[in-house]
Amino acid sequence: MRVAVPVFPGSNCDHDALHACGTVMGWDTIPVWHMETRLPEHTELVFVPGGFSYGDYLRCGAIAALAPIMADIRRHADAGGLVLGVCNGFQILCEAQLLPGALLRNESLRFIHTDVHLRVERADLPFTRAMKAGEVFQVPIAHAEGNYTLDPADLVDLEARGGVAFRYCSPGGETGEAHVPNGAMNGIAGIVNVRGNVLGMMPHPERAVDPKLGPTGGLGMFRSLAEAFAGA
Amino acid sequence: MKVRVSVQLKPGILDPQGKAVEQGLHGFGFEVEHVRIGRLIEMEVPGQDPADVKARALAMCEKLLVNPVMEKASIEVL
Repeated sequence: MRVAVPVFPGSNCDHDALHACGTVMGWDTIPVWHMETRLPEHTELVFVPGGFSYGDYLRCGAIAALAPIMADIRRHADAGGLVLGVCNGFQILCEAQLLPGALLRNESLRFIHTDVHLRVERADLPFTRAMKAGEVFQVPIAHAEGNYTLDPADLVDLEARGGVAFRYCSPGGETGEAHVPNGAMNGIAGIVNVRGNVLGMMPHPERAVDPKLGPTGGLGMFRSLAEAFAGA
Repeated sequence: MKVRVSVQLKPGILDPQGKAVEQGLHGFGFEVEHVRIGRLIEMEVPGQDPADVKARALAMCEKLLVNPVMEKASIEVL
């Protein structure tokens, strides 16, 4: 399985993505500088990493969405290829309009770094197929702009079409405002496009995969991707 | 021509920065409400016809300067 990790000036989770996909999962994982115009041949997954691309100038992800490599990432997505955006990667995918909505400043105004629990809302995706609907997993967040927002009418559509992949919850799986760290509408932590091949999320599954470094709550997503690519 | 684009969060979009600044002003005893924080973008756009310059500024807003999910803009040609 070949993974491309686009690297923008200010990306700082690119090595987390490379470690998770390359070292832990053993996939052929290639960093791709933002000025490139083509993804490596036979790229199956594009992992848009977290960080502060272009210093978060204008809006988080707004400038990265215009980077030369993005045209080929859009082509890859349009052809049904998988794209996973984490944290700033999620913000970039929203700004590039590969996903709906926007990430606003956290309700608390603070940068939040903590472990959160997520409930799997969609277990039928290439990103989640080794997990169960309703399953709870623990992964870290680290962001200042994770407050997911969408026009009220579009939010109704997003929910109706099952566009919410993950929701913040208690360790027992209960959702509700008390369990939402950043003010995100409907406790949304991650969403997927209509076709189911582009997923964006604020939490960092790639930071929770190596037992040498701590808990491994993020492994379910990587096992899912491995299954998807094995064609099982 | 000089163009000034004022970008504001749309009504109804939570503005935690505005809220924090409002609380700060209350702390100084000022009576104030509905504080909203936006962004002001000034630029020089070649051309003589204000309507044409404004149309191009609008296109810039649609392409990059404004995220319509959360923001709206007003454009002044000076």
